[in-house]
Amino acid sequence: MLRVVNLGAEVEGTPILDHVNLYIKEGQTYVLFGPNGNGKTSLLMTLIGNPAFNITYGKIFFKDQEINNLTTDQRVKMGMGISFQTPPKVSGLKLIDMLINCAKQSGTDQNKIYEYAQMLNMEKFLNRSLNVGFSGGEVKRSEILQLLTLNPDLILFDEPDSGVDLENIALIGNAMSDLLDRKKKGSERKKSGLIITHQGHILDYVDADYGVILYKGMIACMGDPYVMLDEISKKGYEGCVEKCLKGFQNSKRM
Amino acid sequence: MPKGIPELEKDVKDKLEKVGIEMDKDKRSAIFLQVDQQVETSSSFASDIEMIDIKKALEKYDWLHDYYWKVVSRDKDEYTKEVDVDEVNGYFIRALPGAKVNFPVEACLYLKSPKKQKVHNIIIAEEGSELNIISGCASHPGLTTGMHLGISEFYIKKNAKLSFTMIHNWENNIEVRPRSAAIVEDGGTYISNYIIMNPVKIVQMYPTVHLNGDNATAIMSSVIVAMSNSIVDTGSRVIIKGKGSSAEILSRAISKGGTIYSRGDIVGESADARGHLECMGMMLSEEGSIIAIPELEAKHPNVDLSHEAAIGKIAEEEIFYLMSRGFSRDEATAAIVRGFLDIDIKGLPLALKKKIDEAINQVEKQLI
Repeated sequence: MLRVVNLGAEVEGTPILDHVNLYIKEGQTYVLFGPNGNGKTSLLMTLIGNPAFNITYGKIFFKDQEINNLTTDQRVKMGMGISFQTPPKVSGLKLIDMLINCAKQSGTDQNKIYEYAQMLNMEKFLNRSLNVGFSGGEVKRSEILQLLTLNPDLILFDEPDSGVDLENIALIGNAMSDLLDRKKKGSERKKSGLIITHQGHILDYVDADYGVILYKGMIACMGDPYVMLDEISKKGYEGCVEKCLKGFQNSKRM
Repeated sequence: MPKGIPELEKDVKDKLEKVGIEMDKDKRSAIFLQVDQQVETSSSFASDIEMIDIKKALEKYDWLHDYYWKVVSRDKDEYTKEVDVDEVNGYFIRALPGAKVNFPVEACLYLKSPKKQKVHNIIIAEEGSELNIISGCASHPGLTTGMHLGISEFYIKKNAKLSFTMIHNWENNIEVRPRSAAIVEDGGTYISNYIIMNPVKIVQMYPTVHLNGDNATAIMSSVIVAMSNSIVDTGSRVIIKGKGSSAEILSRAISKGGTIYSRGDIVGESADARGHLECMGMMLSEEGSIIAIPELEAKHPNVDLSHEAAIGKIAEEEIFYLMSRGFSRDEATAAIVRGFLDIDIKGLPLALKKKIDEAINQVEKQLI
């Protein structure tokens, strides 16, 4: 589904990703860990094609096609999707209009919009301007609602659980499980995901196949996400990274 | 008095449609059309709505002289003086006490020859009535010079509600200087919407609303797009004299090369006067300018007046956000501009809201 090869990127001339390699197969969900400011959001922005992020070397392949030079909307039309940590407010553009557009893109039956809105407890917000006056949890639910209607094949989630209370995390996590086919048997899963999380709360509701740590712009560790989360909470990121990279030449760069 | 629906040439008809004028008696409770100084039609299809041309109305009702040049003064400026002449024409619209009419009233002022059009209108919403007016002002395609001078005096009586939506559509060389004012009595509501999105030489106006009654409300909204070489200098002033009365002035201004003065003034003179003024501007070109001039004036200790003004360009972050949902860059830009211009006007009838949306749709493509 997604293959990232030796990817380097910069924002306003500052390098932010350093030889990143990542391979997510159809049906797989990855968790992306890492300290703040170490490139997690930058990786997602580079994957989705935010024009502020420039690829300096390496390649991104999505569904076996190189997408380095595609614009964000072209990538989305191919089946990528993203939920933002803090999306901008768009006054005057109603959530319902955004959802209708998403449904058109994906060929989703428009009647489904109300079903999804109900599921995420967002019916009252349909006629409100997108994200204007939404609380932290409402913004996250709105993001997931848009993705349900857009129905992408690869979904990038930027901290879907930050600033959300436990009840809402369950609601969001359940919808993410649907989106990522996690309720289906392993062999029947078609959707892939990459989830950024700090505390890992969301993992109580969405299971994932692998965890990776992005440290100083590089992929430092890869393994079982739950073990990894446990190690991070005990040893911190540095301890975790040190252990992972023992014996690797690359570790000197860290 | 000319009655019924006049026969119109196609280009005139098309232009009228752009300013919300349909000339369809199944959808309107009254219609009025003045071309230059000539009243082409002046008809009412509802028993509790009067629609008469102003000269006939002044002959018919002696008392109307008490409303003529009352809230706008004759010698306000050189333009009011110019309208104070015999050849003036215009409309008199009156909703009788308690009138509630399903369909809006439609009034159109059309400039066809390269002269000065001089208009004087009086609108009265009698006690407890509800009156919705679509006013379209336009000039003939290709008209190389001309001027529109219009006096409009609005009277909103006790517990009456008047909504007045005015859409302008002029040409490059037309000068437009309306002079309007309104008096709102106890419990009355005046909703005014002004839309201009096409090129014009200059529009200059500063209508004033006097909230003389207690618990009266004024909501003044404008949606302005100024293309290259256009100057649009508009705003609203609300003077709150009644207890517990409130005013809201909202404007959205987009410059695509033109100059916009977005003014607003709320004067609070009474106890519990509330007012809010909001001027939002968006620059879509390196040419042109937007000047926001919000003013607040308190003349009583117990008033609550506020304003916010902001001018910026279209946010790249918002464009990217919409693109991440599959909008192309142009579609995203259009949706954001559309959203910016969409003022959510409380209490506006659906038919009028639709007219505003249509006007915005027409201009959308030119903005990107």
